[in-house]
Amino acid sequence: MTVLAPPTISRTGQADRGRPRRRRSWTGWAFVGPFMAVFAFVFVAPIAYAIYLSVFRTRLIGGTSFVGLDNYQQVFTDPQFWSGTWRVTLFLLVQVPIMLFLALLVALAIDSGRLYGKAFFRVAVFMPYAVPAVVATLMWGFMYGSRFGLIGNINDAFGVSLPDPLSPDLVLASIGNIVTWEFVGYNMLIFYSALQVVPRSLYEAAELDGASQLQVIRSIKLPAIRGALLIATIFSIIGSFQLFCEPVILQSLAPNAITTYFTPNMYAYSLSFSGQQYNYSATVAIVMGILTMIVAYAVQLRGTRKDR
Amino acid sequence: MFTNRRAFLRTAALATAAITTAALAACGTDEGGDTTTPVTADQVQAALDKGGSITVWAWEPTLKQVVTAFEAKYPKVKVNLVNAGTGNDQYTALQNAIAAGSGVPDVAQVEYYALPQFALGKSLTDLAAFGSGELDGTFTPGPWSSVKTGGGTFGLPMDSGPMALFYNKEVFDKHKIEVPTTWDEYAAAAKKLHAADPKAYITNDTGDAGFTTSLIWQAGGKPFAVDGTNVKLNLADEGSTKFATTWQTMISNKLLAPVGSWSDGWYKGLGDGSIATLVIGAWMPANLESGVPGGKGKWRVAPMPQWTAGANAAAENGGSSLAIPKAGANNALGYAFLKYATAGEGVKIRVDAGAFPATNAELKSAAFLGKEFPYFGGQKANEIFAKSAADVVPGWSYLPFQVYANSIFNDTVGQAYVTDKPLADGLKAWQEASAKYGKEQGFTVG
Repeated sequence: MTVLAPPTISRTGQADRGRPRRRRSWTGWAFVGPFMAVFAFVFVAPIAYAIYLSVFRTRLIGGTSFVGLDNYQQVFTDPQFWSGTWRVTLFLLVQVPIMLFLALLVALAIDSGRLYGKAFFRVAVFMPYAVPAVVATLMWGFMYGSRFGLIGNINDAFGVSLPDPLSPDLVLASIGNIVTWEFVGYNMLIFYSALQVVPRSLYEAAELDGASQLQVIRSIKLPAIRGALLIATIFSIIGSFQLFCEPVILQSLAPNAITTYFTPNMYAYSLSFSGQQYNYSATVAIVMGILTMIVAYAVQLRGTRKDR
Repeated sequence: MFTNRRAFLRTAALATAAITTAALAACGTDEGGDTTTPVTADQVQAALDKGGSITVWAWEPTLKQVVTAFEAKYPKVKVNLVNAGTGNDQYTALQNAIAAGSGVPDVAQVEYYALPQFALGKSLTDLAAFGSGELDGTFTPGPWSSVKTGGGTFGLPMDSGPMALFYNKEVFDKHKIEVPTTWDEYAAAAKKLHAADPKAYITNDTGDAGFTTSLIWQAGGKPFAVDGTNVKLNLADEGSTKFATTWQTMISNKLLAPVGSWSDGWYKGLGDGSIATLVIGAWMPANLESGVPGGKGKWRVAPMPQWTAGANAAAENGGSSLAIPKAGANNALGYAFLKYATAGEGVKIRVDAGAFPATNAELKSAAFLGKEFPYFGGQKANEIFAKSAADVVPGWSYLPFQVYANSIFNDTVGQAYVTDKPLADGLKAWQEASAKYGKEQGFTVG
């Protein structure tokens, strides 16, 4: 979420600076001041501090010393960091398209006006988003249990042997399932509200021209909500890279399948809290932040280019 | 997503605190040197008379009664007993409080394996300054040597965990299985039981660092050698290999219930007979009574299975000390409580409530040894535990960063439980990852 800020800020900032000023007036600052103070305190200061931390190293033996960019060098050759990054990338490439496609499908279905009980459907799909991620994960965790959970019950009842969703091979897919369940409703709402603002006259015109529903979707609806699609994609990219809550909760159920470096965020967390390696942890956090920023920005550039 | 940002901010904030404290600590050392000024018994008594309040972080259940008795004896003293988590959770909280320099308890429960890490980080008070030397001979040798680490005495032994075999007699009788006396017999019993009842397992294990190191300890392995800041790791020595070979057959034949210890499923399994034995520390009875009430009368205790038939080797599993964090506000009062709970009247209170002591007097008393456990069908279980305590293989040592090493156990050794990776390779990976951390922390790792 932090990574969205830089491009927008720089753009508006340039616009402001470009305007010639005759007289210096401080009135504006009085209005912006409170925001700037809070912004500096909660946003700039922690990041600056993390950067400061990342150039030191504290050891059990030998104390704290300045190490320059050593920590960064270590991150780039750290197999655990890259395995976590690769895992969230895989997650991004598989889970996000599925989730957005489902959300789009639901949004189009509700928007089509042919659905009976539209309001109920909309609320029902959105509901999982209102469930806290921790609760949702615990709930799914119990269902995934192959001994005492739903999977176990199904195995017992039908005498089958379903694959264990919490095994190392499947656990990422299981997490993907939880995240999809949680966020389909949220993305659906973004798409649905974008669809609501499409002028109805366009549909009437299409109908007069004899366009089919599919053609209406392809030629009117999808282009109209491209902005919303882009926003949802960027949110999902950031969400994937910051994957943390779901694997952490599931770890107690599948300690061997979910390692302490399962995702980059988990890695930073365990470095800092079990390893007391605050400096390296800060470095991991910064590198991951920059990576996320690059990917999100690349997607945004591509998305807006298509727009033209 | 909010959790992520919060976690990030927390990390940042804590990191900030850590740096500040490190800087402050450095200043302190420059000015005053590293010695703790002695505190006499009179000063401790004066603190008791003056009164005040102390905070104790511990998860050991019987301390509750000790606190009540302590407050009754010293009415001016108020003790806040806080459960800040069990084991690693509490250490994380404690490390962070120490790093942040605020919210540090006056007394903290620290398991023996974790003590060196805290002592090395100069987070704990050397109790020699309080005259802990006078307690020589009070505690059994194992725990007493465990708290004397890094040239000081950094805690007082609260309990100990000599291991024994707890087994569900009802299940054993039903399937006509003999109580195993060696690990080979144990593996055979595991096979027989699982074949007779596919829902039943001899025990549960999803990869537990404490259990693994204890079994290696019993097998005579000495995978960790520590001399000051020189650390040697060898998780492929004879003892470790013995363990890996036997346990590999248990894993490969799927004879271990894939249930994590202390989980709901674990308690359920211990109660319904699907987990038939536990090889665990002598502090277990109190947990069985409270956590598995349905097992009353069904369970029995036997000596630990042996690696060599006819031998009498045992190991410690868990066991805790009470320690005084340096940053605590009231060290003198903290020590008064520490002594009361571990070497004073508190010991009897705790033993009566089902704890397993680390003091010679209690361990040798006829009342203790003769105690009949209704939970174990009237068995005098303490006799077995006391014998195990005497049979603990000497010379074991944990890593000075064992808390961290244990936290990555499932990343490495744990893989053998869920993939085709051999257990021996997992141990090797654990050794390498731990050695890497040791080097990063400035140890000389050989």
